[in-house]
Amino acid sequence: MRRERRSVVAVEWIGPYALLRVTRGSLARGGPGQFFMLEAPGRVLPRPMSLCLAPRGELAFLIDPIGPGTRALAELEPGDEVAVLGPLGNGFRVDVRKPLLVGGGIGIAPLPYLSEALDRPPAVLGFRSDEHAQAAALLPHADVVIDPVLVTDVIPTDRDVLACGPEPMLEAVRALVPDAQLAWEAPMACGYGACYGCVVEVDGNLERLCVEGPVLCSS
Amino acid sequence: MLLLNASGCLDALAAPGVARRLDAFVTKTVTPEPRQGNQPVRIAETDSGMLNAIGLANPGRERFLSQILPDLVATLELPVWVSVGGFSAHDYAESCAALHGDDVAAIELNLSCPNVDEAAESAADIVTACRAATPLPLYAKLSPATWDMSEVARAIEAAGADGLSLVNTMRGAALDRDLRPILATATGGYSGPSLKPVALAAIFACRRATDLPIVGMGGVQSGRDVLEFVACGATHVALGTTLFADPDAPQRVRAELRTALDEAGLERVEDAFCLAHESVAVLDNHA
Repeated sequence: MRRERRSVVAVEWIGPYALLRVTRGSLARGGPGQFFMLEAPGRVLPRPMSLCLAPRGELAFLIDPIGPGTRALAELEPGDEVAVLGPLGNGFRVDVRKPLLVGGGIGIAPLPYLSEALDRPPAVLGFRSDEHAQAAALLPHADVVIDPVLVTDVIPTDRDVLACGPEPMLEAVRALVPDAQLAWEAPMACGYGACYGCVVEVDGNLERLCVEGPVLCSS
Repeated sequence: MLLLNASGCLDALAAPGVARRLDAFVTKTVTPEPRQGNQPVRIAETDSGMLNAIGLANPGRERFLSQILPDLVATLELPVWVSVGGFSAHDYAESCAALHGDDVAAIELNLSCPNVDEAAESAADIVTACRAATPLPLYAKLSPATWDMSEVARAIEAAGADGLSLVNTMRGAALDRDLRPILATATGGYSGPSLKPVALAAIFACRRATDLPIVGMGGVQSGRDVLEFVACGATHVALGTTLFADPDAPQRVRAELRTALDEAGLERVEDAFCLAHESVAVLDNHA
């Protein structure tokens, strides 16, 4: 776990989402599904963001600017500095035979980096509108469905599913593919096990998502 | 002056490297029985602070004593302060009696968690019961949500406490865009930078009432903040919410303190002790 002040390289808009690119410095990239805590300028707490892409010398994060913290991150400009802590948590296991990536909305964030690690396996992405679906450009080979069609309407069940998306989507994927690897989301204050704020129920116990997850295997 | 963490703001086994930058580590509050804590959502950011409703999640006294405390002692090589909580004076006293000086440098009595029901007894009664149960240094952690802090401080001192920890969080609430509480419990403990003036006032008032050591906390973000807490009468200072945003806060705050001392024309942090009191001539009943 390392925290560095990094320079913003660029913020690129992909539909309604912002791809924030920062210099990597001596931070490790970590594995797919791991996350970083990004200082949100002017806010009290940083925001957890999974690594979306790791171009040479950079870290890139896909941000949905829906609140004051994510908006502050999306409004950063090249040359601005932002503190980055990570990589954190447990990511996806990549020792799978027949991988299928499944993403919903901003939940596609960790999939481009995961796709590289798995040599571009098949992927299914679901979005709520054509505008949001522009983000599928990050995974050019993926099949895309748009609400009211859901990813669970189209995914085969004989695959090793690695998924990230809104909670109802993850629950539906789990119902279909019980041993899927699912990347969950929870509000976090610290990201490194200190605050006990991000608990989710795992085997009947409340566990810290930042320590046990964010990727949990449901079986 | 010791730099500590505020109880509940650091898990030294999850992040030992952060804890080792402190002068002593304060545990999360230990209760007699294990507690899962509250259902999520447990945290919410506000414009200049945060709310938490963790609900004293902890493994309970038995597992704390058999597993967590030995691990902490072996891992940290730091003085360990144990935060003790409960739902009656008997709960607190029993936990105090089970803690011993080989492993424990001090006990902090959490008398003011805003997320659980309070014991029926007064803070002073709980301190009295704990005093009879342990020779270890006893610090009473108090809420600032009391009109007359100095009266509470005097009562706690008379009951045999060795120090005060000021302040705990205050109860707060935040709503989402649909006007529903963000926290599953509706309300939680409010902390962060906006708590600092409240903490400074509490320390200021208690320092005029007692000579007991005071651990100051509540919105400490910077080295300058540390100096202000000491100037109001804090003997030691603890970091809370700032640790969530910045695990490097202990070393950063120490470096900033050096600069803040230079700017104030002071050599040592102790030189700032109670400086804020010198210029205050007239006081009302509450300071």
